[in-house]
Amino acid sequence: MVNLTIDNTPVSCMEGTTIMDAAAAAGISIPHLCFLRGINEIAACRMCTVEIEGTERLVPACDNVVQEGMDVHTNSPRVREARRINAELIMSQHNGNCISCVRSGNCSLQTLCNDLNIHDGNPFTPDISARRWNMKAPLIHDASKCIKCMRCVNVCSKIQDMHIWDLEGSGGHAHINVTLGRTITDADCTYCGQCIINCSTGALRERDDTEDVYSALADPSKIVVAQVAPAVRAGWGEDFGLNNSEASEGRLVTALKKLGFDYVFDTNMGADMTIMEEAAEFLQRMQNPDHYEKPMFTSCCPGWIRFIKSQYPDMVPQLSTAKSPHQMMAATVKAWFRDEKGIDPHSIYMVSIMPCLAKKAESAEPNQNDACGDPDVNTVLTVREMNRMFRSDHIRPVLLSESEFDDPFGFASGAGKIFGVTGGVMEAALRTAYHSVTGKNPDPDAFQNVRGMDGWKEAVIDISGAKIKTAVVSGLANTRRLIEALRLGRVRYDFVEVMACPGGCSGGGGMPIHDGWSMTDTRGSQLYKLDKNSDIRFSHENPAVIKLYSEYFGAPLSEKAEELLHTDHDGWEMPLNPRLCER
Amino acid sequence: MSRLTIKTVSQAQTTVEGLYKDVERRIIASPPGLCPVDLAASFLKLCHAQTCGKCVPCRVGLGQLEQLMDDVLDGSADESTVDLIEQTARVIKNTADCAIGFEAASMVLKGVEGFRDDYLEHVRHNRCIASMNQPIPCTALCPAGVDIPGYVALIHEGRYSDAVRLIRKDNPFPVVCGMICEHPCENRCRRGLIDASINIRGLKRYACDNAGRVPVPECAEPTGRKVAVIGGGPGGLSCAYYLSLMGHSVTVYDAHKYLGGMLRYGIPSYRLPREELQRDIDAILSTGIRVEKNTTIGKDLTIDQLGEEFDAVFIAIGAQQDKKLNLPGENGRGVFSAVELLGRIGDGDIPDFTGKNVCIIGGGNTAMDCTRSSKRMGASRVTCVYRRRTEDMTTLPDEIEGAVEEGCEIMTMSAPVRIELDDGDNVTGLVVQPQIPGAIDKSGRPRPVKADLPEVIIPCDIVIVAIGQGVDSKEFEEAGIPVVRGSISAFDTGNIADHEGIFAGGDCVSGPATAIRAIGAGKVAAANIDQYLGFNHEITSGVEIPHPVMHDCGAYGRIQPDMRPAGERSRDFEQIELCMTDEEACQESGRCLRCDHFGCGVLKGGREERW
Repeated sequence: MVNLTIDNTPVSCMEGTTIMDAAAAAGISIPHLCFLRGINEIAACRMCTVEIEGTERLVPACDNVVQEGMDVHTNSPRVREARRINAELIMSQHNGNCISCVRSGNCSLQTLCNDLNIHDGNPFTPDISARRWNMKAPLIHDASKCIKCMRCVNVCSKIQDMHIWDLEGSGGHAHINVTLGRTITDADCTYCGQCIINCSTGALRERDDTEDVYSALADPSKIVVAQVAPAVRAGWGEDFGLNNSEASEGRLVTALKKLGFDYVFDTNMGADMTIMEEAAEFLQRMQNPDHYEKPMFTSCCPGWIRFIKSQYPDMVPQLSTAKSPHQMMAATVKAWFRDEKGIDPHSIYMVSIMPCLAKKAESAEPNQNDACGDPDVNTVLTVREMNRMFRSDHIRPVLLSESEFDDPFGFASGAGKIFGVTGGVMEAALRTAYHSVTGKNPDPDAFQNVRGMDGWKEAVIDISGAKIKTAVVSGLANTRRLIEALRLGRVRYDFVEVMACPGGCSGGGGMPIHDGWSMTDTRGSQLYKLDKNSDIRFSHENPAVIKLYSEYFGAPLSEKAEELLHTDHDGWEMPLNPRLCER
Repeated sequence: MSRLTIKTVSQAQTTVEGLYKDVERRIIASPPGLCPVDLAASFLKLCHAQTCGKCVPCRVGLGQLEQLMDDVLDGSADESTVDLIEQTARVIKNTADCAIGFEAASMVLKGVEGFRDDYLEHVRHNRCIASMNQPIPCTALCPAGVDIPGYVALIHEGRYSDAVRLIRKDNPFPVVCGMICEHPCENRCRRGLIDASINIRGLKRYACDNAGRVPVPECAEPTGRKVAVIGGGPGGLSCAYYLSLMGHSVTVYDAHKYLGGMLRYGIPSYRLPREELQRDIDAILSTGIRVEKNTTIGKDLTIDQLGEEFDAVFIAIGAQQDKKLNLPGENGRGVFSAVELLGRIGDGDIPDFTGKNVCIIGGGNTAMDCTRSSKRMGASRVTCVYRRRTEDMTTLPDEIEGAVEEGCEIMTMSAPVRIELDDGDNVTGLVVQPQIPGAIDKSGRPRPVKADLPEVIIPCDIVIVAIGQGVDSKEFEEAGIPVVRGSISAFDTGNIADHEGIFAGGDCVSGPATAIRAIGAGKVAAANIDQYLGFNHEITSGVEIPHPVMHDCGAYGRIQPDMRPAGERSRDFEQIELCMTDEEACQESGRCLRCDHFGCGVLKGGREERW
């Protein structure tokens, strides 16, 4: 143990503890800005500087460890002066137009400057950089707001192993940009959006598509349909300070109806359909081992599809051809309204509310147009965009009554609900695959060992004597490790679930932002609770799905199902990893 | 009013003089990877401050150039701006009255030509090609990428064997490099901003001296793949070491009686004692490498035979062919090539020069090695003859100083003309033509020009020609391996065009260079051979690096260990350089600024833990 004093309070802590953590243990919260635990501990912003008695220079608390006998002051006049001047220097390079910033009210820099009581005019000349950006890309970087905290650089390289961002140039002109002189649309960016949810200001954000949705809602000739992804219901209320019971599915449906949507469907049902298709496809592959490379990979995460297409293009045939649930849902809704109700599908405007940015790119892929030639999904909104619409329509969710999702695409099993968390797709698929093989339902909680926030999980499942080796991975650095191990023959699996965001969609790049802590686990637990409380916990028992298959698709992998529910992953181009281009 | 006053220096001027020193140090310690346009603009600002203000081009023009370059950097310029910069700089160069103006403009012009792409990237895309992707100067400048801040920190904690393990992750010759490395790592050491670069090589030597025997890591599972390495020098053995750790079966072929290449046959034992060299070689071989000595590829075995027997081949034959001066008398008795002389010494066959007068021709490290070895072999008078100035010699300044201390003479500005022989073809003298330093050539050194003075005869019995080495690539060229100007042609990955599975690196590709560059080439080849064989083995050290402690970095002196007294050391081949004391090593390692943690280094985690 190391003994020291912080602000005259005696503190004992383990050797190797940072000054910041030691202070936190003593109830002293040292201000910080660029710090992101385990990911960005680089002491760039100098907001956490403290004074150590007997040391001339001030010391950042985030990346310096305690020493025996240290006498630390976190608010001495020298520290206060340093913190203020450095904050003003940061502000001199920040476009502080907070009134129209998407992160206003949820911005670490804004909070810090308020907390530091910096109100008077900044003594430094504003030096705001302006850089060109393709505003049509799903991911926007606004250099005028970037404070070069480097969180995006380290999140992208350490968590996702994608290296899309780096500090470019040197000297006073150094700035964050896409690596290797590429633009974002030329780069192999997966659009996972992890950089956005870790950005300390509003420099990184999704392309705002809310105006397109407002236009559709205002168009009387359009039937405007919303569908809501599994993870959305576990986190949408966070922006309004609501707990899980306040931010219910029912209130979410009512709120969307209040915005003017004609129908609100549940992507969870699309998830159940995905399971029907993917489980059937998996069994088909297992029964024809000579025709298919193992393992089969899930295909419900478009960030992961962008990853495999750009990093390991030779493995694309191992992907399930099943579309992601919202694309399945969208194609089905448009085709079904046409075939069963005689409604012109061109008049249907489909909006997907997703925890995700990659789906903005996915919906624009040239071959996601199976219902009528229009894009099956017209607009993808992140949860944050949806919440901004609620705010701008002065909807107060907590005051709303509950409504049901609309028929006939409004009912989901518990299996569909857990799609929004790492391991959920695998667990749902195994429940149905087990039934397909044995004719009996397993205990719905039999496959629990694929649950949890570990980045790489494994489970061997016994289905009437056949041992199915499965793996579940989330986060793209973990994914790369798994794939490298597969390619070297160090591991073997039959079935692998991949989600690009750590923890799955619950940690998605389109979810509400909380600087410095993660809600992923909490949201995942909520989804498991919804599953547990469901009367029906198997996709194949979902009465809406049974009806749809018996009356419309016939069976999984039928011709109609292949047409609407499956996709050709080679139908569009993805920029390659630059290292592959070298070869 | 007095007619004259004594010139005195004001306090401001004294302070400015101090600032000049600071700027000099800052430039020396400038990190690699900076934006060249930004740097040129900054230098220009300094130049403009030096303007007296008399003439238009310098007073006004330099300021306008500054503004134009700022426009380029701010992204508010277009390609016509670059043309205007060039035009203006040209006019300033042609019309400025004094060097303050025309040299400043020349610098800008050089930049517009030399890094025009950087200018254009700025104006076209408002971006910069440069980026500081190698933020730790020492590691970035080490050809093998050794984790220098890591092992310096380990030394400071007294963890010497861990230091050796960490070095071996990137360089299997820690003992050798502790003694003879040219230490490019020290060139831009950030500590130079405060006082002087860390004595990195000295610290490595100290770690190796105190670590005892450090076992090598376990080899990976055998892969069943076979690799032949041609040449047992630093490049070949480094490659062999890593491939062996990766589980491949490696055979090293070497033409000599002993392994080590130029480490043994080029560097005398007073700089690198044989038993110290053997420590590294033994550790490398302990990974299970097979060795075939006295085997020359092209003679005893053909390259095609190796290609058939092995899955991959690494060519690392070095540059061991001596170059001739083509002087009259060069074939006389008593004329040696440096390679021949140092080769004999390497095999333990030490010639006796007792009482002889010896002349060495050349100004590189090899010339110095021959000079100082000749003294040790008993020569009564040793003269190193060089056609340029002392400061133009390519050897390290310490070597010249050491040789002079040991009683050798350096005779500069003297171009050899012929070697005088007696009737028995024995050397009797070396005739040189005095030179004067002329115009500066491309290498930045004044070209030696014949002086208006008569030839000079240096009476001597022995002449050693040490003017550089070439690559003995004939057999390889005949076997179809591409050779350009005598050197084997390979990519910076070690691959050879149109020769799948054959790799090359070290001196035989680069021409005569340093041990650490050959080691780096061996490491690169090992990684790429592993990949070629279909693997992705990783090399790690498993050593945890101490967390740095931030402290005020007051200025200190650099520790430079002593040499044995010149009069004593010049009589034997024992090691001349002493090791740091515990006290010295502790202070010197404590001076390290830990650029892996403080500054840009931490952005990328401070180190590559595996490769």
